[in-house]
Amino acid sequence: MSERRAIPGTPIFDGAAARKGYALNKMCFSFNQAANRAEFVKDEDAYCAKFGLKPEQREAIRHRNVLELIAAGGNVYYLAKFAGIFGWNVQDIGAQQTGMTVEAFKEKLAAAGR
Amino acid sequence: MAQIIGAITTSHIPAIGGAIAKGRQNEPYWQPFFDAYGRVHEWLAKVRPDTAIIIYNDHGLNFFLDKMPTFAVGAAPEYRHADEGWGLPVSRAFAGNPELSWHLIESLVADEFDVTMCQEMLVDHAFTVPMSLLWPGVESWPVKTIPITINTVQHPLPSPKRCFALGQAIGRALDSYESDCKVVIIGTGGLSHQLDGTRAGFINKPFDLMCIEKLVNDPAALTHYAIPELVELAGSQGVELLNLLAARGALTGQVAKVHGNYHVPISNTATGLLVLENRPRAPASRAA
Repeated sequence: MSERRAIPGTPIFDGAAARKGYALNKMCFSFNQAANRAEFVKDEDAYCAKFGLKPEQREAIRHRNVLELIAAGGNVYYLAKFAGIFGWNVQDIGAQQTGMTVEAFKEKLAAAGR
Repeated sequence: MAQIIGAITTSHIPAIGGAIAKGRQNEPYWQPFFDAYGRVHEWLAKVRPDTAIIIYNDHGLNFFLDKMPTFAVGAAPEYRHADEGWGLPVSRAFAGNPELSWHLIESLVADEFDVTMCQEMLVDHAFTVPMSLLWPGVESWPVKTIPITINTVQHPLPSPKRCFALGQAIGRALDSYESDCKVVIIGTGGLSHQLDGTRAGFINKPFDLMCIEKLVNDPAALTHYAIPELVELAGSQGVELLNLLAARGALTGQVAKVHGNYHVPISNTATGLLVLENRPRAPASRAA
């Protein structure tokens, strides 16, 4: 086994996360299809129940909170499909996770190039 | 033997596809990025490949966590894009090159790369966006395509050393292919970026610039990193460097840089572009 190396602020989507997040990620994977996105919007509780989300995952979905979703085993590529339902892009979710405004987050990115 | 004309490493950020769809290439935000592709178009018009091998990572369109291959090779007559959930327009289909796909598979497995073989495979933005960048506005794609995916989603990920070696094995497979086809290798993704966690928005310009330089002249230097080091230096999603390293590994001749660009940011990401020409090595007897 390789030694775990913690990188501050950086979740690693490893086997433990993948096991924990399977139902949540499976639901988000289903959002590749427009019909499934519509079904979620129509009845969120029923759609989450269909995928067997754990209470922690259901709450994180209810809160639209990316850090909570990651803590519940979500992988960012699948979560992006969930975010897409609300028209959020990766700057929106970056701003949410870092507690910045979207404008400040974009400025941080621009500053990194200078 | 197939002729490997070179490699292109390019970003595959979904927002680029959105900008192309909306015709935003000349807007101030986008121009420094898109302008760099003019030289690539000139080079492609000159060298005229007939097949493109695209090395990328699937982001949850074709592969889910139920079955996640470390390395997968497409062997289909045609590849389709599909809705990815967040609004990128669906690209038209791409022709495959199943004869070459099966040769690659035979050769790679004989070379101890036990790849997953896919006779049906959806290709995601990491395949379609580079195609649109490299051949913009064409009525039909001028190349046949072969997708090769590397898992950069579900840890454990293959090491940089292993991905570079995969590329070298792809190069050997092409050298043993009895056909006069002209192949370009396209490695997509990177450079530094991180989408998740409180470190989201992380970009590492000095590391990126070093990687670009090493990809040209000393790619083996990049094979010494362990995955956790790469995550730390390039960001969680910056590990897509693996795709670029594999593409570079496939160049078996003498490599010359034709063109390069580095621009930050597009979306959350540092973008790097390289065109590397693969020139035949001089025969040993005539070497200076």
